[in-house]
Amino acid sequence: MNLSSRVASNFKLPKLTYRVWKVWRRNVDVFLKTYKVNFFPPLLEPILYLIAFGYGLGSSIGSIQNYAQFIAPGLVAISIMYGSFFECTYSSFVRMYYQKTFDAIITTPINVEEVIAGELLWGATRSLINSALVLAIVALFGLITSPLFLLVPLVAFLAGLMFSSIAMCFTAIAPNIDFFNYPSFLFITPMFLLSGTFFPITTLPSQVQIAAQAVLPLTHVVALMRGFILGSIESYLLLSFVWIIAVTAVFFVLSINLMKKRLIK
Amino acid sequence: MSSSEFLIEAQSLTKKFGDFVAVDSIDFRIYRGECCGFLGPNGAGKTTTVKMIHCFWPLTSGKLTVAGLDVLDKPREIKNMIGVAPQENNLDPDFTVIHNLRVYARYFDIPKAEALKRAEEMLKFFQLEDKRNVIIDQLSGGMKRRLILARALINKPQILLLDEPTTGLDPQARHLVWDEIRSLKKSGVTIILTTHYMDEAAELCDRVLIMDNGKIIEEGTPEGLVKKHVGEEVLEVDYDEKVLKTLQEKFSDAGLEVVSDRIHVFTNKPHGVFAAFLEDFPSKGATIRAANLEDVFLKLTGRRLRE
Repeated sequence: MNLSSRVASNFKLPKLTYRVWKVWRRNVDVFLKTYKVNFFPPLLEPILYLIAFGYGLGSSIGSIQNYAQFIAPGLVAISIMYGSFFECTYSSFVRMYYQKTFDAIITTPINVEEVIAGELLWGATRSLINSALVLAIVALFGLITSPLFLLVPLVAFLAGLMFSSIAMCFTAIAPNIDFFNYPSFLFITPMFLLSGTFFPITTLPSQVQIAAQAVLPLTHVVALMRGFILGSIESYLLLSFVWIIAVTAVFFVLSINLMKKRLIK
Repeated sequence: MSSSEFLIEAQSLTKKFGDFVAVDSIDFRIYRGECCGFLGPNGAGKTTTVKMIHCFWPLTSGKLTVAGLDVLDKPREIKNMIGVAPQENNLDPDFTVIHNLRVYARYFDIPKAEALKRAEEMLKFFQLEDKRNVIIDQLSGGMKRRLILARALINKPQILLLDEPTTGLDPQARHLVWDEIRSLKKSGVTIILTTHYMDEAAELCDRVLIMDNGKIIEEGTPEGLVKKHVGEEVLEVDYDEKVLKTLQEKFSDAGLEVVSDRIHVFTNKPHGVFAAFLEDFPSKGATIRAANLEDVFLKLTGRRLRE
């Protein structure tokens, strides 16, 4: 196989049917069975961040309300990233490798592409759920200033699908579960810190700024969240939106093909 | 042979993983309503063959049809009519017994009410009713196996694939699973099973295919193969050079095998020849036993350890 056909084989459009939702439903069933552990940790984290950074750190650097307001959309964006990324790395790997859940499903009329697509949609759903919880906390702290916040769940699902798809590519190449330390520390942590979450990216050196916008997906999610929650709509938000859609489309297809190659030999 | 008599047909079926040939151009047919066993040492290609039948591994070359449908063209239709009990436990550990069956039924588009009805029937048949709401981790090995069989039947399959159905079970659980497989056979399901327990194959299978190194090296009924390859009786005596010589003279046309410190003699002569021999030449540690499928298997595949 030559290089171009090898590359093309990673971008074959998957054939998907309604059966994708059956895989999604399986994960919903598990989630609802263990909802207590699923709901409370994502609620606690933003409260701690708001208190520690918004009120603790914020009071030493200027207006308290302003800094808490600045980081609130960042916290929503982070919850989107964490929700789907960890679902489609560690959790998907456990289902694939240890529980053999995928093998069991592929034995039924559902095919492997549908299994992975169902996993990706479930990851996006986790982002939606987690970000809705964080959004509720942010609202309780009185940090929402625009009715446009109602659009947050929509973007959360889309951005969740993006992070799911990227995460699934790592799962497709992971030799073992410890491998996920690499993307966690080299990809997720830099995004957590450098995507305009805790300080505006405009304060970074211009090369770092460009790099952050080019390769850190969270930058665009934070920008959209800040726009919708604080009501500061600017034209560059459209660019961020298009960037997310394009990256999602590419990685959605790529992750399904990579996983298929891993599972079916 | 008309097409309605066999359900599965493989022609020059081959599967390669990279350079390794797991299944090497095999031909076989599985007939409607039979219980057919694939026997072979580890790595013989049994599981790979089964996984091609239920459309898990795509075949490398050759042709494989199930109920006249090509596995490469109609995987969904084929998977709909097959029930699979895999070697590894892949039950969903997050769910209870009944929930495992319900979720699995959903994968087959079985409506909820019908799924519940079938799940209850299965629990009853496999004597798991008391365990309905138990989480999978709390089941014994035998119960997990039976639940896997129950799950494989939830779509009312025409063909049941059982990959080492009793590996790791205690004798009680094993016999229970055997009873259940026998009554499934009576109900008309076509069963394919892989095993390396020869007593299991002799007990359950109408016909066996013996595989080694990716090829089918022999096939037939268990009794037929025993008669053909090892005869009716086996004489075992402690190893002794003098005894061996006498045996070689006495049974010049028989198969003789020295296994560690024992001599095994196989003969096609009728019952009683060994008893008569022992009366004339009482030998140390002598036993006469009926020949069995394990003798055939070891004769054909050798005693070398695999893996």
